[in-house]
Amino acid sequence: MTTPVAARGSIVPIILRRMRVPIIVLITAYALAVFGFTLMPGVDDQGEPWRMTFFQAFYVVSYTGSTIGFGEVPYDFSNAQRLWTMVSIYLTVFAWLYSVGTIIALIQDTDFRNALLRTRLLRSLHGIREPFYLICGYGDTGKLLARALLGRKQRVVVIDRDMTNVEELRSRDSGIYVPAFCMDAEVPGNLIDAGLQHPWCAGVLAVTDNDHTNLKVAIATKLLNRDILVFCRVDTEETANNMLSFGTDLVVNPCEDFAQRLVMGMREPDAHRVYDWLTSLPNAPLPHRPEPPQGRWIICGFGDFGRAVYRALREAGLSVLVVAEAVDDCPPGSIPGKGTEAVTLNQAGISEADALVACTDDDADNLSIMVTARQLNPDIYMVSLENRLYNRELFRAANPALPVQASYLTASRFLSVLSAPMLRDFLEQSARQGNDWNHTLVKRLAEISGDMTPDCWTITLGDRQAPAVMQAQALGEPVQLGNLCRDPRKRRDRLNAVPLMLRRGGECLLLPDDDTLLQAGDRMLWCGTPQAEALLGWNLHHLNSLRYVHTGAHRPDGWVWRHLARRRAAGDS
Amino acid sequence: MNLEKVVFGFFILLALTLNFGFFLGEIDNPEHHNVYELFAAIIVSLIATVLKFGERTQIGAVLLASSLVADLQLISAAIVWAVAVHVLDIGLTPAVMASIVSLSGGALLANAVSTILLTVETVTLHR
Repeated sequence: MTTPVAARGSIVPIILRRMRVPIIVLITAYALAVFGFTLMPGVDDQGEPWRMTFFQAFYVVSYTGSTIGFGEVPYDFSNAQRLWTMVSIYLTVFAWLYSVGTIIALIQDTDFRNALLRTRLLRSLHGIREPFYLICGYGDTGKLLARALLGRKQRVVVIDRDMTNVEELRSRDSGIYVPAFCMDAEVPGNLIDAGLQHPWCAGVLAVTDNDHTNLKVAIATKLLNRDILVFCRVDTEETANNMLSFGTDLVVNPCEDFAQRLVMGMREPDAHRVYDWLTSLPNAPLPHRPEPPQGRWIICGFGDFGRAVYRALREAGLSVLVVAEAVDDCPPGSIPGKGTEAVTLNQAGISEADALVACTDDDADNLSIMVTARQLNPDIYMVSLENRLYNRELFRAANPALPVQASYLTASRFLSVLSAPMLRDFLEQSARQGNDWNHTLVKRLAEISGDMTPDCWTITLGDRQAPAVMQAQALGEPVQLGNLCRDPRKRRDRLNAVPLMLRRGGECLLLPDDDTLLQAGDRMLWCGTPQAEALLGWNLHHLNSLRYVHTGAHRPDGWVWRHLARRRAAGDS
Repeated sequence: MNLEKVVFGFFILLALTLNFGFFLGEIDNPEHHNVYELFAAIIVSLIATVLKFGERTQIGAVLLASSLVADLQLISAAIVWAVAVHVLDIGLTPAVMASIVSLSGGALLANAVSTILLTVETVTLHR
């Protein structure tokens, strides 16, 4: 019963194909039974011999076959007819049992159910009429991405190889229906099924835990649908370079990313803070982290993460000691061991060290390293890697100075680029501005954010996103940036939003001044609270709000009021 | 040799020949048209239809359609027969017989189309 089910298309052919034999059996059984009845000699109520016509025979077989039992019509049967009735009963009843059994087996068949599910998913996918993102891999990162995108009312489609992940997603009530396919993202055909070439597919987010799979997804996307974004997570530098070589839009290596930020946090703590706040997932408490010390570092675990941190710290000119189980490919002078025991940590000179990085692949080991290290040196600055999100509570209790979640890092980087494509440029430029410049910005961000991480968004000045500004300009009332930042309910208050960057033509203006005059086609990057974003929308969309924040006067807008105002003005003059 | 093709070819041809056998004769003479032949034609035609279930090819779909048309015509003929003889009690008058046979003639045409399609499919397949 395990005929392979065809990958695509409707399930009706599958049912029909499976039902071929049972239906033929039924037809044959009925045909035989009917035919036999027409041949059996009978005796009517006058004692005359008679034979059933096909009509009568079919009638008798119809009620016999369905085991209804109607007695013997139109006359009492002869023995020959009774004999044939018995044959027909067994023939037709067994044919029915067989057919019904086949249907039941078909319904229970997993292949069939998968095909059924797939058909339903494909149908729901074809019904999507808004941009959606295709998430490959529903691990920790995929979950974070899906949750955040759904929170912004954006549609997502998920592919994962693991059935349990997919089931978990299906049982979760996300408010918006999420088509979840249980298949291998490495196969391009599967990606196409999941909507890679769908006209509304806006981007592919490859976040499986396998570099090779992510690479294949990126290649498939670039070859099969050049116009959409593809973001990838990678673990090694070579794969990252490979992906960038064919135009992958964003490649995030969480290890490398974190290592760079760690060094940035030491050198330019405020620049790091700006970076940290703007790229965090929105609506989380604003992180206030102590600065990493510039002294002796110990790294426990030398995987991808340990390596990246080691390299970055060495480049920053710090003294670093590695503790690892296999010291063969570690830098010279490394200490063999896990780091979970006091002996090893003492050997590594824990009491004189300033900072410790616990980044083994095992969360239990990382926790154990932290607890042991804290007993030996209570003041040590601790960085810990959280491999799995579900261990979060434990890490929170252990309270490292700098917790690192690879999945969170990746997801937040993806999201910050997705929600505000200009943010990447801004961060690149702001990092070059020096710590003082960033310090001012940090203060301003802290003022507006209300201790929650701010949202970032972009606005293009045009008829669609800012009709009021366009109208005002057409009426000869140029709009100053500072006016846009006022509260449309009370113009003395400023909105909790900061224009971070303005792009006009090829030029970028960082933190534009209040008296900047806006022009059509300007693109602006904003950050602030979601409420400020909504209020800003009023200024951008309603000419009256815009005029109010501009001049402070409420102007009549309805036809009657305008007319009256004009008469009043005429009367005054 | 493809067993599926053989079985299907057998049934579609058998449906055609049985149908032809029933159709042959004076159109309104009940003596010339055997009820058993009509019965056999219906059964064989039904089986041929079922054999085309779940076919994904274009030609398979057209074969299924023509087969369904033949079934419809033959079953209509059988219903006309049953109604005339058993329900209305007018018996097999020449008019009734003529309509039964003409219905089976329609089925014959549909079966012929099926056979032609089958031949076309086979010929293109072997090229």
